Amino acid sequence: MGGSASLLPREALGEYQELTFLSKQEILLAYKRFSELLPKEERENACSVRVPKSQILKLPELRANPFQHRICHVFSTSDNGDDSMSFEDFLDMLSVFSDSAILEVKSHYAFRIFDFDDDGILDRKDLEKLVNCLTGQGEDSQLSNAEMEQLIQNILEESDIDKDGTINLSEFQLVVSRSPDFASSFKIVL
Amino acid sequence: EHPWSIAEKRRIRDCQQADIKYLSGWKQWKRTSSKSLKKVLSEVKELSSYLELWRHDIHSIEGKFGTGIQSYFSFLRFLVLLTFVIFILMFSFLTLPSIIAKYGIFNSSFAESPPKNTELHCTVYTPSGNQGLVYFYTYLKDLLSGTGFLEMTSLFYGYYTIDAAWFSILRYNLPLAYLLATFAYLALSLLWIIKRSVEGFKQNLVHHEDQFQSYCNKVFAGWDFCITDPNAARLKHRSLQYELQTDLEEERLKRKIADRTMKEKLRIYSLRIFINIIVIAVLSGCFYSIYRATVFSQENSNDVGNKNFQANLFVQYLPSVVITLANFIAPQIFSFLITFEDYSPAFEIRLTLMRCVFVRLANIGVLLFSLWSQISHCTTDKCKACGYNYELYPCWESEVGREMYKLMIFDFIIILAVTLFVDFPRKLLVTHCSCKPVQWCGLQEFGISDNVLEIIYGQTICWIGTFFSPLLPAIATIKYFIIFYIKKISLIHTRKPAARPIRASSSNFFFLVVLLIGLVLAFVPLGISIAHIPSSKACGPFRSFNTSWAVVPATVLGFPTGLQQVLHAIASEAFAVPFFMVICLIMVYLIALAGAHKRVVEQLREQLALESRDKLFLIRKITEAQR
Repeated sequence: MGGSASLLPREALGEYQELTFLSKQEILLAYKRFSELLPKEERENACSVRVPKSQILKLPELRANPFQHRICHVFSTSDNGDDSMSFEDFLDMLSVFSDSAILEVKSHYAFRIFDFDDDGILDRKDLEKLVNCLTGQGEDSQLSNAEMEQLIQNILEESDIDKDGTINLSEFQLVVSRSPDFASSFKIVL
Repeated sequence: EHPWSIAEKRRIRDCQQADIKYLSGWKQWKRTSSKSLKKVLSEVKELSSYLELWRHDIHSIEGKFGTGIQSYFSFLRFLVLLTFVIFILMFSFLTLPSIIAKYGIFNSSFAESPPKNTELHCTVYTPSGNQGLVYFYTYLKDLLSGTGFLEMTSLFYGYYTIDAAWFSILRYNLPLAYLLATFAYLALSLLWIIKRSVEGFKQNLVHHEDQFQSYCNKVFAGWDFCITDPNAARLKHRSLQYELQTDLEEERLKRKIADRTMKEKLRIYSLRIFINIIVIAVLSGCFYSIYRATVFSQENSNDVGNKNFQANLFVQYLPSVVITLANFIAPQIFSFLITFEDYSPAFEIRLTLMRCVFVRLANIGVLLFSLWSQISHCTTDKCKACGYNYELYPCWESEVGREMYKLMIFDFIIILAVTLFVDFPRKLLVTHCSCKPVQWCGLQEFGISDNVLEIIYGQTICWIGTFFSPLLPAIATIKYFIIFYIKKISLIHTRKPAARPIRASSSNFFFLVVLLIGLVLAFVPLGISIAHIPSSKACGPFRSFNTSWAVVPATVLGFPTGLQQVLHAIASEAFAVPFFMVICLIMVYLIALAGAHKRVVEQLREQLALESRDKLFLIRKITEAQR
């Protein structure tokens, strides 16, 4: 155990409580788990260090997640595009995925996670990649072309209101607000 | 709240802090006080999360098995809390005053006056407690069947033979308290379940589509982000693939069904009618066997000459055994029959579930009905004067309470026995024996609907039985508590996860709807017992009244005349009919409003599609003009 040296300063704790949806316990637990990802020497100033993506993906909560790369990409504020995460990025991620986050925030970030080519809309290619993530990465676990066509057709029929063949943020948020499972499935609790 | 990162929020907050100097004192105070209020509320929420029962267990189950199975365990936790609260209610208003009054603590006393206006023979009641030297197994038999030494304890209705209790100078009207406590626990259960189901209800009402979710829900909300175990993730991938493929196939099937010819339709419908007749026949068979078993058990357990321990116990438990067998066999028959009816898979599941629910709940109803037919079976005039069979059942409410107690104990024993003697050996067999038939059988799936129906069956027994046996909720709470751990261990060690994915939201709604059905079904026997069947004159708080309900009019007569007139006015037709008409008018108005809103939504959608086409048209024109 790190002992008293790896405690979060109190003002920072209060500030994070104010700026995120997390409770005090959750922030402290997040700090503990984040410092465990760092090598021993760097644990003192965990708040200002960036953790490389490979380390983040070792967390059990992300390890089994098919959207792990997208999650790291969306929440990382790193300038050189290596998707490394600082402690604040980590807290951001946990805040959005927490129980108390509101639906608009969750659906906004879900849209960004599902938008594989980062162009601000979900088109057919994004939907195809999304479905392949859901069904698994093996050859035999993917849907056939005909089934994929039928599925994407159905999805667009249900959610594309202005019939332009793509789903923009408002349409996505509308369809997710009527989805009863979204709030309970889009959740990560440490 | 907006989707900004922490750094952006910090910047905005600093801007706001800078602006705060320019605001008036009132606005400053408002802002700081709302901030501190938010802080206090979040502290309270944190503290209350410590009190949450089994938080860590349910969280780990969620991580390993997904939200579908977790919803079952959350439901179980809800039932533990509900039965515990009911127990506290009954204990503090009924058992505690009775015990205090009977033992004379705190200067209390009680009045047990013999009932007036009744024949003497109705009031004779000699509970056969154990006197003298008894064998050890008699205690075991009494514990299991609620006779003997348990009969006069506060477990059963017969203990509460008190007309009024005095604590110093306060008079405590126990009969009224008994009735009101019953209504209170029923109302509390109803309100609590409705409150919990409001969320799911809104979603399921708004969604006019199939209850088994549309494609968008399956794709966008398909992945459980809380899964931590790689094995569970692999299974989830497979089940998602399976679910999507099944739904696509079902859609193709629906199109095929729409193209059916008249001859095929006729064949299918006549087949369905035939199978429904078979289902009704199966149900009648179950009901009849329960009726015969109850009658046989009542006739033979009253035969005191039968001293053989095991045979006596078996006869006592015969109705429970028959009900459990019926609850086990009937669902198997239903799932076999439904394959012939050629419905879509989603509808198949729903129909089978509804039939199973009906079987389980109706079985309890048939048991109670056969009990009552025994109790009210009157041939002699003396018997008719009492209104019930006073020779065999001097204290018939205790008898009903005893049957409910036996049902509950047997249900618990069966759950324990199935886990110990079926699941664990099966797991041992599958892991150590590698012959073909054993491996083909494989491990049992964790069937959520079966488990939930089991629990709801137990809870319905608890609701019905609490009126006749006020300490039954305590037994139910302990039972659910132990079942949580048994099911958790069984799930982790002996089950394989379901191939068919279960959705948390529809599961939650389904559980609560079936629970509500159970509660409403529990109202019926209770209503009949309280208002229709004459209460026993030999025991219990309602000795001096005709029926248990009669205590309420008697109390109302004791109110001042003004209040009496108001209450009579509310209960009269002059009030009820206009009230009913007003409610109907409000409902019609709301339905019309909903219809109008739906039309507006449709129009707005068309408008959006039109605008998008216009936009594309204009963009094309602009690009052409630029060339």
